[in-house]
Amino acid sequence: MAEERARTFRGGPGRRQMGPRPKVENPGKLFKRLMGYVFQFYKIPIIVVVFCIVASVLCNAQGTMFMRTLIDGYISPMLVSGSRDFSGLLRAIFRVAGFYAVGVIAAFAQNRIMMYVTQGTLKHVRDDMFDHMEGLPIRYFDTHPHGDIMSNYTNDTDTLRQMISQSIPQFINSGLTVVTVLTCMLVLSVPLTFVSLAMVAVMVFCSGKLAGLSGRFFLAQQRDLAAVNGNIEEIMEGQKVVKVFCHEAEATARFNELNDALFASADSANRFSNMMAPVNAQLGNTSYVVCAIVGGAMALSGFWGFTLGKLASFLTFNRNFAMPINQISMQMNAIVMALAGAERIFALLDEAPEVDEGCVTLVRSRTENGQIVECKERTGHWAWKHPYPSRGTVEYVPMKGRVVFEHVDFSYDGEKTVLHDVSLYAEPGQKIAFVGSTGAGKTTITNLINRFYDIQKGTITYDEQDIKKIKKYDLRRSLGIVLQETNLFTGTVRENIRYGRLDATDEDVVKAAKLANADSFIRRLPQGYDTVLTGNGANLSQGQRQLLAIARAAVADPPVLILDEATSSIDTRTEKIVQDGMDQLMKGRTTFVIAHRLSTVQNSDCIMVLEQGRIIERGSHEQLIEEKGKYYQLYTGNFAE
Amino acid sequence: MLKTLGAQIKEFKLPSILTPLMMIGEVIMEMMIPLLMASIIDKGVEAGDMGHILRVGGLMLGTALLGLLFGSLGGVFGAKASTGFARNLRKAMFENIQTFSFANIDKYSTAGLVTRLTTDVTNLQMAYQMILRMFVRAPMSLIIAMCMSFYISKDLAGVYLGAVAFLSVALILIMTRVSGYFREVFKKYDDLNASVQENVSAIRVVKAYVREDYERDKFRKASENVYRMFIRAEKIITLNGPIMQGTVYTCILLISWLGAKMIVQGSLTTGELMSLLAYCMNILMSLMMMSMIFVMVAMSSASAQRITEVLNEKSTLTNPENPDFEIPDGSVDFDHVNFRYRAESSSNVLKDINLHIGSGETIGIIGGTGSSKSTLVNLISRLYDVNEGTVRVGGKDVRGYDLDTLRSSVAVVLQKNVLFSGTILENLRWGDKDAAEEECVRAAKLACADEFIRQFPEGYNTHIEQGGTNVSGGQKQRLCIARALLKKPKILILDDSTSAVDTATDARIRRAFREEIPDTTKIIIAQRIASVMDADRILVMQDGEVDAFDTHENLLENNRIYREVYESQMNAGGDFDRPEDSDKAYYDREFDARGGEN
Repeated sequence: MAEERARTFRGGPGRRQMGPRPKVENPGKLFKRLMGYVFQFYKIPIIVVVFCIVASVLCNAQGTMFMRTLIDGYISPMLVSGSRDFSGLLRAIFRVAGFYAVGVIAAFAQNRIMMYVTQGTLKHVRDDMFDHMEGLPIRYFDTHPHGDIMSNYTNDTDTLRQMISQSIPQFINSGLTVVTVLTCMLVLSVPLTFVSLAMVAVMVFCSGKLAGLSGRFFLAQQRDLAAVNGNIEEIMEGQKVVKVFCHEAEATARFNELNDALFASADSANRFSNMMAPVNAQLGNTSYVVCAIVGGAMALSGFWGFTLGKLASFLTFNRNFAMPINQISMQMNAIVMALAGAERIFALLDEAPEVDEGCVTLVRSRTENGQIVECKERTGHWAWKHPYPSRGTVEYVPMKGRVVFEHVDFSYDGEKTVLHDVSLYAEPGQKIAFVGSTGAGKTTITNLINRFYDIQKGTITYDEQDIKKIKKYDLRRSLGIVLQETNLFTGTVRENIRYGRLDATDEDVVKAAKLANADSFIRRLPQGYDTVLTGNGANLSQGQRQLLAIARAAVADPPVLILDEATSSIDTRTEKIVQDGMDQLMKGRTTFVIAHRLSTVQNSDCIMVLEQGRIIERGSHEQLIEEKGKYYQLYTGNFAE
Repeated sequence: MLKTLGAQIKEFKLPSILTPLMMIGEVIMEMMIPLLMASIIDKGVEAGDMGHILRVGGLMLGTALLGLLFGSLGGVFGAKASTGFARNLRKAMFENIQTFSFANIDKYSTAGLVTRLTTDVTNLQMAYQMILRMFVRAPMSLIIAMCMSFYISKDLAGVYLGAVAFLSVALILIMTRVSGYFREVFKKYDDLNASVQENVSAIRVVKAYVREDYERDKFRKASENVYRMFIRAEKIITLNGPIMQGTVYTCILLISWLGAKMIVQGSLTTGELMSLLAYCMNILMSLMMMSMIFVMVAMSSASAQRITEVLNEKSTLTNPENPDFEIPDGSVDFDHVNFRYRAESSSNVLKDINLHIGSGETIGIIGGTGSSKSTLVNLISRLYDVNEGTVRVGGKDVRGYDLDTLRSSVAVVLQKNVLFSGTILENLRWGDKDAAEEECVRAAKLACADEFIRQFPEGYNTHIEQGGTNVSGGQKQRLCIARALLKKPKILILDDSTSAVDTATDARIRRAFREEIPDTTKIIIAQRIASVMDADRILVMQDGEVDAFDTHENLLENNRIYREVYESQMNAGGDFDRPEDSDKAYYDREFDARGGEN
């Protein structure tokens, strides 16, 4: 299962098939930025690598030139003179061997260094992305599909790997090879070089045509593949429904239709890309033949002093000429693709992080001679620490947990107001409940207290200070939150509970679990508290996950609690048991509760009934029943229809 | 495994055979080139015979043209064979999955089936094409080049033999070591990405507990680890290049040195020496290619295994031989029924269930999570087979009925229900594909869905997105109920199907059932006591056993569990409304949709 999930991350080898080039705006600037990024860590290694590439290309060329030396300088003269003295040849071979050795070493060094550069850069990219991502506001995660964020780490980094480790070195290598080979060819014979160039032009033209054709079908294939995959996901997800409705034949018919369309476009796309290689190879061979004939004729006639040895060398160069040119066009494609990935990565890195302009911090405190003093140990008391840099003094205000909203307006997108003129007063130790239908704005209110979002109008104060003045770290630390959507992390049960307070002892963890009534089921797990949870606690029931989330909040021991549908997935009987723990937890703390079960809210000090972003009723359970308003309707289920 | 997969080649046998044949043709043509080249140089240039040059040159061009023809055809056939093979694989798997029983489906996860149908098939498609085009070609190329070399000079070709032996050993050593390392590193890499995924979906928790730095540290350590493991694996890979290059260069130098001597001695010609050097490249390239095929096949073998598994999976439920197509009425009987999800597990999920439900009765079922309420009702439409005892519908064992007939008469609204992309009308017609629009509207009205459907600008033609993400939870449930009603079932089962519908609407739906379809047996599983309270009888489930089965009044008096649930819910009124859409719902939905991808 884990493997399957993971494999979808990598996207499979299918993703890297050739396709149409993605569009990148201002590729030059992007490339420069990317190189700048790599350079800041690996300036010297990259310079060394460039030297290595130059060295290996030159050595290779030397080797190829040797062919001429061998035939013209040694074999032909010896054949003519009949000499049997091979010492000159031996020296020449050793000299070339030296060049080859340097070439091999240079190539090896290049690969080794590039390996460190590539993997190191990828590590930096991943670390930077993650570092940055953790600091982004919640809004970012709301407005970007999680799949897209993930692909920054997977597909985009993968193409980057390809680009840095292979495409760019090969691009440089091919470019240099083309230049040196061309120079050598020109030295050997100018007219033959033109023949060869003409053939290359034909080759480039043909592969361009084929790539265009293939690209068009690849687009169609991509589209059909998306349709097939979409259908597969949908039907597999609903397979049981298909069975229940005996809809197998219809589902199969629809699938076959899409599958056949995919076959048709995939066939065409692959056909043209498969033809690319033989076309290029045979054009290369044709070029070889043409050059052989022209060169042979030239050598025969002794035209421009062209010799057999030169022809041999030239033909080898000719062979070496076509390859790098094809390489260049292929690598160009890969680089552009990687740049599109790099663009997305930089877009993530360029997102503005959450700003924290607060200065007030939360500290543990005790009272000495009527004075509040900051201390390290757990005293159960907290104080707000106000620094006054201008005066150089510090002031401590006891933390009580009074939260006040005054005329708060809020909108997620700046257009549609979600909360209208919300005012509320939560006195220390009070339990405040929010009820109302989904979308009434209950969760939004709690998201404003911990500043997941910032309000547009009005003020929110916490112990008489604007929450904007409080450091986010300390603000959030003072609020324990249990969300409806329970998220657990890969790790043991113990680690998951300890997430609430990292320095909690094992006893603290067990105590918190007992409070949340999670202890008994945890003990029944195969390894108890050391059972490893994966995939968001996939092996636990939704209710059990919620109990763990409550334990996590309990161990954090925060002064203020926010429970957002914290018990919605626990069945009523279990909830009753948990409720005792929850009451224990809420004792003496300001608590905000969102719940749809009346039993959870009815003992609140104040219940707010929300409708379309406005508080329409407020008061205690008894008062609201008395009022016979919306709450009364909800409570009794009597709807005026 | 190969037999199962091979059977899927079907109509693509011809291209599958033609592809390697074409590739052989291409190789032969390619191999001719250096030979002809030698002839041009030796007999043409050195002999000063321009006619020979032109003749052999023409021959070479012809060879190249044939090579192009063979190569292109190989590409065309290869594409046809491999994409066709992929199509057949998908089709065969999909069709087999359609025959799966619930037990079969449970065995594979949704994600597991999707991966098999998508990524795994793509892997096999690429591997198959590679095998068709290269598996024969590369060894052929190696053998022919080798033969040609021996033909030219037995003595010099020995050098190649040595090189091939050396390289094969080196490559095998590297590949075997590295593949293990890479398996490990990719697993770690996947874990790393999984932890990012986890962080993205749990970002609210991370921020609420101010654990950004903690997560950063955790990530940095994991990413450091991945870095180290990649380096360890790639260090070995980077040996590949120098070994390969070194061997090529050594061969060239050896051949040059020995060849030059032989030429001077007159036992070799210059042209032949050049051909030999050309074959050198061919031999080493095909070796490289073979090692690539080796890796590719190894990589896709896991995919092949997973696909074979699905193809060979036999449905655990089959239609009886002489099925009964007639269901007399909507009565249900459980007779000493024991059930467990896995035959080998020791404890039963349902224990000795005995029940009689009369035709037309309304039955409520309540019980805590894990009390096997859903399991119980799933046996009625034979979604699973009992292990012991019998389940009877209309007085006859469900195993005797034609499955389609049974499932059309017993409509289950599943707890985890889905809508499919398409219009609302199309979705409703899953229940009855020939239903007239009026019938659909009637069903929707019964399920209290008509009221909100009409509010959509396009009414019944509103397009439902994949997974039904553009309707709220309560709306989805009501559409699912309407869809089931269109089957005009004898038995209607609602498995917690109104949990997201507000209490008032829930009550109206039940009232409609009572008034409009009085003859249908209705079985309603619910968490809310209000949803079952007015049923004829209520079944209280506890740990896979029937705790009580009686009327509301009697249960209230005699049953402790029922009374507890009743008191905890009714004293406090019950539930506030959950769903119904409005402003923030947009964000909720977006969020759900994304959460659902994980």
